[in-house]
Amino acid sequence: MKFVSFHLMPYRPLDLAEAAKHRSPWVVLPNRLYDPVKGAEEYARHIDALVYAEELGFDAIGVNEHHQTAYGLMPAPNLIASALIQRTRTIKIAILGRALPLVNNPIYIAEEFAMLDNLSRGRIIAGFVRGIGSEYHSSGTNPFFSHERFHEAHDLIIRAWTEPGPFVFDGDHFSLQYVNLWPRPYQTPHPPVWIPSQGSTETVAWAADPKRKYPFLVTFSSADLVARYHNSYRERAAQYGYEAAPDQLGWACPIYVAETDERAREEAGRAVETLFNDFLRQSFEMLMPPGYTSIGSMKNFIRSRGALGGGRVSAEALVETGTALIGSPRTVLSGIERMRERTGFGILVALLQFGILSDDLTRRNMDLFAAEVMPHLRD
Amino acid sequence: MPAQLTELRIRDVTIKLHRAGSGPKLLFLHGAGVPQWLPFFDALADHYQVLVPEHPGFGGSDDPSWIQSMSDLAMFYLELIEEAGLDRIHLIGNSLGGWLSAEILIRDRSRFRSLTLLAPAGIRVKGVPCGDNFIWGPEEAVRNLYHDQTFADRILALTPNEAQMDVMLKNRFTVAKLGWQPRWFNPDLEKWLHRIKLPALVLWGDNDKIMPRAYAALWRERLPDARLVVVEKCGHLPHVEHAALVAHHVREFLEGVAP
Repeated sequence: MKFVSFHLMPYRPLDLAEAAKHRSPWVVLPNRLYDPVKGAEEYARHIDALVYAEELGFDAIGVNEHHQTAYGLMPAPNLIASALIQRTRTIKIAILGRALPLVNNPIYIAEEFAMLDNLSRGRIIAGFVRGIGSEYHSSGTNPFFSHERFHEAHDLIIRAWTEPGPFVFDGDHFSLQYVNLWPRPYQTPHPPVWIPSQGSTETVAWAADPKRKYPFLVTFSSADLVARYHNSYRERAAQYGYEAAPDQLGWACPIYVAETDERAREEAGRAVETLFNDFLRQSFEMLMPPGYTSIGSMKNFIRSRGALGGGRVSAEALVETGTALIGSPRTVLSGIERMRERTGFGILVALLQFGILSDDLTRRNMDLFAAEVMPHLRD
Repeated sequence: MPAQLTELRIRDVTIKLHRAGSGPKLLFLHGAGVPQWLPFFDALADHYQVLVPEHPGFGGSDDPSWIQSMSDLAMFYLELIEEAGLDRIHLIGNSLGGWLSAEILIRDRSRFRSLTLLAPAGIRVKGVPCGDNFIWGPEEAVRNLYHDQTFADRILALTPNEAQMDVMLKNRFTVAKLGWQPRWFNPDLEKWLHRIKLPALVLWGDNDKIMPRAYAALWRERLPDARLVVVEKCGHLPHVEHAALVAHHVREFLEGVAP
């Protein structure tokens, strides 16, 4: 199994009581609640935690992109990746990912990834996402064309990385007279592409296509949903006539390890609740703007996410459903092993800092995970 | 007066058309939700032939993928009007349908006699944002349509069935396709409104939470021959909330228009 130490860079000093008075910590939360002095400190501490993953033997550090939200301070994850490159030597850096439909010229994304790939001498993993629904509110991008723009931007970026330039790109959404990347990516043919997703059937089918075989990462879902999405990928691969490899299936999950189950829940219970109840809190209208998924997928989402959609969720429930792994090394290990038995997945994207979890507890969590859990799962 | 539901086929697109009454033709273009047959239509159908199509992408009409924009929709309707042989039309549009009406008329007004706009979208007053009904929750979105909350109460008391939910999602998807960005306007529309050389009535609720009343003045200024009526205690759907009064204003206006 491969291990990614993943980070959202939440703004932990957020006044949660004040934030709760607003529709969501996304899009509309007044930015007077952001204090730049505290924020600058957050960046420094979060980057320290990310860098520490190399020392502990993780395979990759993961960062990601979200806009206009206290949930994550990385509207430009490539800036963080660039800083990480300077402070690490061998670990991969996974940007999980850039939101392709939100930009008006995807060449800039191709260029930035190519730069990072050169700067790191080939340590970049390029995640491609559509951005979550709220990002269509905050960017003004029309969600109806989200899938089309994603696919077209993807095709443009892959061609820009692999085909001799200059060439003309004739898309419906992006039309460019000159595509001619300087620099070209360091890796051949290009950095690995991973697809983090909330599990839409369209995305599964596209990622599993034999032309791509992109690793598919399921994020923030109950164990049952993760298994269902992994297995739908496997089924799709089988329909295409091949067997999905372990390194095509990833699971992104908040994880906290302490000496005992009790201690783990005591230390991390409140923090994981703030992730789901405070930082992730969004209405259906924000998460699912019209056209962001097909009508069929939207109705499936309404049915399957009902439990996460309304009301607050307790740490107990998150643990119970396998949405978060919190407990002793043995508990966490068995949760991961159970999923591996169910789906054969081979990439664990471990969210080892989440919500308001402090720097000290984050570091202890990383230490224990690396010492007591990771070694048992190595191939 | 019972309305008839028929179908019209233009090229590869079949749409639903509600019709009632006889007399001069009155074409009503609906907004973001497909209207049921309304008392407002009945109030006009004793003097006019009232035609209420369900736009492509809405209600029971086809949803052709080639309709990508308000421009496509306007061209579709010009083709429909020509194919159906409609002429001397009085055009009425509400909200998105008002925007559509203006897009049609700047392209070709030859088959039209007048324009009535009920809280139309389509142009922008800088510094006066529209209400963001895409971010509103379901109850909020219904309440913000009306001044008189008893209208909202009646709607919120209903539980839509699966088929109605499907239609609501279909409408919502199409509305996003047409109006998400730029939100509710076409930057090129305002500069051509002077071409709509027809008598026009612009009618607005004084408490419209979606299209602010401040937009009414710009419409009156840009249209070459427009009068403005503001209806008191009224939200975004004047023809629903004040059906009799709005029908009265429309009839009075139309009676002064050359046939």
